[in-house]
Amino acid sequence: MHIPDGYLSPQTGGFFYLIMMPLWIAASRVVKKTLKIRQVPYLAFSASFVFIIMMFNIPIPGGSTGHAVGGTLAAILLGPWAAMIAITVALVVQALLFGDGGITAIGANCFNMAFVLPFAGYYIYRLISMGSAKNSMRRAVASAIGAYLGINVAAFFTGFEFGIQPLLYHAADGKALYCPYGLNIAVPAMLGEHILLFGWIEAVVTFLVIRYLQKEDPNLIL
Amino acid sequence: MKTISKLWLLIAILAVLTPLGIILPELFKAGGAWGEWSAEEMRGLVGYIPKGLERLSSLWNAPIPDYASNSKISYIVSAVLGVTLVAILLFLVGKFLGKKE
Repeated sequence: MHIPDGYLSPQTGGFFYLIMMPLWIAASRVVKKTLKIRQVPYLAFSASFVFIIMMFNIPIPGGSTGHAVGGTLAAILLGPWAAMIAITVALVVQALLFGDGGITAIGANCFNMAFVLPFAGYYIYRLISMGSAKNSMRRAVASAIGAYLGINVAAFFTGFEFGIQPLLYHAADGKALYCPYGLNIAVPAMLGEHILLFGWIEAVVTFLVIRYLQKEDPNLIL
Repeated sequence: MKTISKLWLLIAILAVLTPLGIILPELFKAGGAWGEWSAEEMRGLVGYIPKGLERLSSLWNAPIPDYASNSKISYIVSAVLGVTLVAILLFLVGKFLGKKE
């Protein structure tokens, strides 16, 4: 889901930096108001978990690979705004140090994975777990459903961003300038692989960690 | 053992297991991620390299491209390096933003 440099036009890349700017500012304000010092190690843990879980490339036999993100999990531990900061830092390190995701696409990648994903996942989780006990099975299942849907909404946006490129930008001879695949290919490809496989990995990973934390220290989860 | 220590232990275990992220795709004959092909791979897919993609794709030369996934050991080293850097950055952010109770 890490869009590399060159797949989005500089305008599209810039547009998402512009969208992310106020969101990053809002996140730092909310976190400054709500984050307690004793939560800082969990903030560091969440970002580390997000970083490392993305190194586990899961294959579709004979096809492409993908991975979990752990973004809904981060949001359930810290709230979606703090999760946004944690995931942003992981994505920036991945782009700058490891070339995973382009530097012109950091805004777009953060929009998809650090904003859309944790917010969608978190609020779906809150809705389904409403009124349940911290250590209830319903809450763990809610985290899995939130994680599954959250990563799929993010995958849809990623596919959409890829897919509008050939529509907006092409050379005089009709050849694409950036991502050559349109909405009819990019959206089903991105969404399909997450509906079929990577979303389930995200759900299982989230479920297992939440289930473990429910036994260990249920007050850690929101 | 405190919960947070157990969670860091989980990260350490995951770091050692990261080569699975190389081994499994090889085992199941899977390629890279969708939409993350190199300019050359793109030529193989659509018959040409989109001009803008060619120009922008070499914009940034990452010091450790692709997490040094050419060897399993260096992949683990990348995991440790990445986690350490990310954790330090978040501890700094947390120190700056977090408040005492």
